[in-house]
Amino acid sequence: MIAVKLSAATKIFPDTAKAGPRLIAVDAVDLDIEAGDIYGIIGYSGAGKSTLVRLINALETATSGSVQVNGVELNGLSERHLRKVRLGIGMIFQQFNLFNSRTVWGNVAYPLSVAGVPKSEHQARISQLLHFVGLADKAHSYPDQLSGGQKQRVGIARALATNPSILLADEVTSALDPETTREVLELLTRINRELGVTIILITHEMEVIKSIAHRVAVMERGAIVERGPVFDVFSDPQSDAARRFVSTIVTAVPEGEELQQLVARHPGRIVTLSFVDGVGSQSVVFSALAASGVGFELIYGGITDVQGKTFGHLTLALTGPDAVVESTITALRDLTAVSEVN
Amino acid sequence: MQQLIALLPTLWTATGETLYIVGLALLFGGLGGLGLGLALYSSRRGSLLQNGIVFTALNIAVNIFRPIPFIIFLAAAQPLARLVTGKGIGNNAIVFSLALASAFAISRIVEQSLLTVHPGVIEAARSVGASPLRIIFTVLIREALAPLILGYTFIFVAITDMSAVAGLVGGGGLGDFAIQYGYRLFNPTVTWAAVAVIIVLVQLVQLLGNRLARIALRR
Repeated sequence: MIAVKLSAATKIFPDTAKAGPRLIAVDAVDLDIEAGDIYGIIGYSGAGKSTLVRLINALETATSGSVQVNGVELNGLSERHLRKVRLGIGMIFQQFNLFNSRTVWGNVAYPLSVAGVPKSEHQARISQLLHFVGLADKAHSYPDQLSGGQKQRVGIARALATNPSILLADEVTSALDPETTREVLELLTRINRELGVTIILITHEMEVIKSIAHRVAVMERGAIVERGPVFDVFSDPQSDAARRFVSTIVTAVPEGEELQQLVARHPGRIVTLSFVDGVGSQSVVFSALAASGVGFELIYGGITDVQGKTFGHLTLALTGPDAVVESTITALRDLTAVSEVN
Repeated sequence: MQQLIALLPTLWTATGETLYIVGLALLFGGLGGLGLGLALYSSRRGSLLQNGIVFTALNIAVNIFRPIPFIIFLAAAQPLARLVTGKGIGNNAIVFSLALASAFAISRIVEQSLLTVHPGVIEAARSVGASPLRIIFTVLIREALAPLILGYTFIFVAITDMSAVAGLVGGGGLGDFAIQYGYRLFNPTVTWAAVAVIIVLVQLVQLLGNRLARIALRR
């Protein structure tokens, strides 16, 4: 089932004296997000991902095109109806955006009041939520008494209060340290697995995508330039933008200056062997290399694990008589993907 | 000094009148200013009920009326005061003019206080499906409570200041007392007695305001 469907969704901010020139923040985006997915949207700041995610809960309305949430077309709905739609979509934020004048309990109670849930049902629901996010002992604390990670947990409990089927996460770990980031991402994974909530996660950190997303879309200048299962995009990025993001956490193929230095420092032929889960086994390749008698040295690269599947690129310097090196490279081509660097 | 002792009952009456004038002016002007400030805040661009025409109209109106010196405003608003309170002179007339003038000043203070609320908090409230009016009354005012309390404390002092000219339109209060019995009768002790009462009054209210703001901030 499709949870969110965008068709040619476009958001244009008109030219104004104060906000600057006309800006096409989201440019005719088509996007299908399956119910139950964790869908990552990655892009640099200004790529339009924040606006895109706000089209889904209608905090921004599309200038043109269609936005459907659980089969309901949002474009053209009245503000009153949009508020109903928002009850079914939770949202969490980079800066947490908690109500500082309310306790943790009060923050989680707020959406329940908005949704008209009777006061008598608040107690059970709120303590269940606070247990789920691990903050049962902080119910009567105020946000300014909490750490960043705890604040984000309150934000998550608040977003889940009305049992939404979709959770929008806007750079939710960008203000957190690595350890807390890991905890929050684990919590999001649990929400997805145990509660079946579809999560749409926008971020500029590839690490976040790698940790929990099932699918990813790469955004650049308002458009989605690449999309697919996370492993596919990581192991074989097609667009420049995706390659740049992947290179932030995966040591891939040496390029430019780095390549020049490697060539200068290492004699012999330099080749890069690529391994993708299930295709080309390292042990077979290295046995073949050892048997060929060619000298080989590992000079660059690495193997990356993405959600239990591995891929990677290893760059080797091969030394030996030219003919032998040549025939060895030919033999390796049968075993895995080989690209010659020089 | 003996004259002052003889005048003490009058001083208490004058203090009572000042409290009456300032209290009522703060109540009505405070409510009017709150409404006007909320309207200014929520009609501005990008806000909850953005409306360029309403914002521009209110903004210009506030800018026109706020800088008028109160002593002139009092004279200019007299026909209106007569219309509303039935009499152009006396304590009620000055309460009316004072409330009206202070509403414009208060609206700016309210607007400023509300602008201290982080827009992300408003967005969070919108994201759970809250309507603009609900957000204004359950999130916005609550989140801005501490600056609002301090703003109203500040305005109390300003209104006390403005109320001193009440004598001009036949009103009473400490200002009138100081001019009539102190200044005109060449009795500085009496003038300073009125000053002392005002200082005590202002100190007490400021103390209360600070305490309430601390409670609102929980520190």
